[in-house]
Amino acid sequence: MDHKELLPNLFRTEYQKIVSVLCSLFGIQHIEIAEDIVSDTFLTASETWAIKGIPENPSAWLYTVAKNKTKNYLKRNNVFETKIVTEIKHNTPLNNPEIDIDLSDQNIADSQLAMIFTVCNPCNSEEAQIALALNLLCGFGINEISDAFLSNREVIYKRINRAKEKLKEENIKIQHPNNAEIKDRIQTVLKTIYLLYSEGYYSISQNTTLRKDLCTEAMRLTFLLIQNESTNLPQTNALMALMCFHSSRFDARTGLNGEIILYEDQDQSLWNQELVDKGTYFLSQSSTGNTLSKYHLEAGIAYWHTIKKETTEKWKNILELYNNLIILEYSPIVALNRTYALSKVNGKEEAIKEAEKLNLTDNHFYYSLLGNLYSEIDAKKASQHFETAFGLAKTASDKNIISKNIKQLKLKTN
Amino acid sequence: MNEFLLIFRRDFKTKEAQPSPEEYQQHLQQWQNWFGSLAAQDKLARPLQRWDGQGKLVNSKGVTDGPFVEIKESIGGLIIIKAKDYDEATEIAQGCPVLNFGGNVEIRMGV
Repeated sequence: MDHKELLPNLFRTEYQKIVSVLCSLFGIQHIEIAEDIVSDTFLTASETWAIKGIPENPSAWLYTVAKNKTKNYLKRNNVFETKIVTEIKHNTPLNNPEIDIDLSDQNIADSQLAMIFTVCNPCNSEEAQIALALNLLCGFGINEISDAFLSNREVIYKRINRAKEKLKEENIKIQHPNNAEIKDRIQTVLKTIYLLYSEGYYSISQNTTLRKDLCTEAMRLTFLLIQNESTNLPQTNALMALMCFHSSRFDARTGLNGEIILYEDQDQSLWNQELVDKGTYFLSQSSTGNTLSKYHLEAGIAYWHTIKKETTEKWKNILELYNNLIILEYSPIVALNRTYALSKVNGKEEAIKEAEKLNLTDNHFYYSLLGNLYSEIDAKKASQHFETAFGLAKTASDKNIISKNIKQLKLKTN
Repeated sequence: MNEFLLIFRRDFKTKEAQPSPEEYQQHLQQWQNWFGSLAAQDKLARPLQRWDGQGKLVNSKGVTDGPFVEIKESIGGLIIIKAKDYDEATEIAQGCPVLNFGGNVEIRMGV
C-alpha cells in the first residue's frame, strides 16, 4: 500500500482519536485549534511520506508529530498563556509542569468517550448532532457529509459551525461522564448513533460506499461504548445487535444500479452470516438486567428477519415484538409493520380491518400496505390503493417499487 | 380528543369461570394484540402499566388483603385511552378480551 491509499485510511481511524485527546486537553472553547493541529499533522505526513516513504509505525509517527506540533503551538502562542493554561490546570496535576499529551490507548479511549457524550449533547438538534458526530468523531470532511445528506457544502459547513458554537456557548465540558450522567444521557447518545446508522442504511444517496461507511462508523462508535465498562449497558449491546443484523443484508438489498431490492426478493447467499453471528452474540449480551429498550425489541425483530424460512413461529414472534414496540413508543411506520405482521399471523381480512383503523392517509406506505393486503382479495381495490400510494410517494426509488407492485398486480389479474 | 379510563373487571375466583392453561395462553395473546392494536392507532394516552393482582383493601374497619372479597369480580387492570367521545370509547371497549370470559369494562371520561 503506498501513502496515497494508506493516508485516507489512517485519517479515518486516527484523526478523531488525536482530535478527541487534544479537545479533552484544551476544552471545548479551543476545538478549532485541536482540529488545525491534527489537519496540519496529516498534511506533514502526506508531504514527508511522499519523499521518505511510509514510516515503520505510521500511527505512532502521527502521534509523535501531533504531540510536537501541539507543544510548539502552545509555546509560541499567546492564547496558550492566557486561556488554555487555565483549562489545562483544571485537568492536569499542578505538580506536573510538563504538559502531558497522553496518546496512550487508555487515554484515547477515555477521550473518545468524553467526546461522544459532548457531541451528542441535546443542546444541539438531532441533525446537527449527526453532522457534528460525522465530522468530529468519524473524521468525515464537509464534502462527504454533504454527499451523505444530499445537501450542499455551504449548508453543512454552517450547520457544523453553529453546532460547535452552541457547545461553546453552553460551555459544555469535555469530560468522562460519571455513572449518573451516563444513565441520564445514554439514551440521547444511542439515539444519535442509531440515526447516524439509519442515515447510511436508508439514505437516498446513490453512493453505496459512503453509505456503508456511515453504517460502519455508527457500529464503531457503539463498539467503543461497549468496550468501556461504564457504557457497556444492555441497551448498548441491543443497538449493536440490531445494527449487525441489518448490516448482514447490506449487500443483498441494493441492486447493481443502486436500486432497493426488497426483502422477499433478496439473494440469500449475499447475506453475511458472520454479521448475523455477531448480532446474535451481542443480542445475548444485551439480555442481562431488567431493561427492555426499544433496541432490544428492534433487534429481536431484526433477528427473526435473518431467518428467511417463513414459519408461523417466526411471524408470531415478530408480531409480539411489534406489539411491545408500538406500546412502548408510537410511530406510524411501526404501526404499519405491526399490521403486516398481523396479516401473517391472523390473516389478511383481519389485518385489513386493523389497517383501516390506522388512518395514516398522508403516508404512501399506508396505501402500499393496503394494496398489498387487498391483492388477493380485491384486485380493483388493491390497484386503487397502489395508485394513491404512487401519487403520495416522493422519491424515485419509492415510486419504482410501487409501480412494480402495480405491474405485478396486472399480471396476476390478466 | 378526550381521555377515557377503561377498567377491566372479571371473576377471578370461581373455579369454573377460569380459563384452561391453553385458553389462558390464547387469552394473553388476545390482550397483547388488543393493546398492540390500540397503540398502533395511537390511542394509548399513557404508557401501559401492570398492576398486582392482589392488592390491599382499606375501609373504616381496617386493612385487609385484596382483592375485594364481597363481590365476585375484581379489577384485572386499567388503561387510559384517547377517544373522541363515549361512542368511540365504547366501540373500543367492545373489542376488549376481558369480555370473552364474562368480564366487563367500566368507562369513565376524564373531565
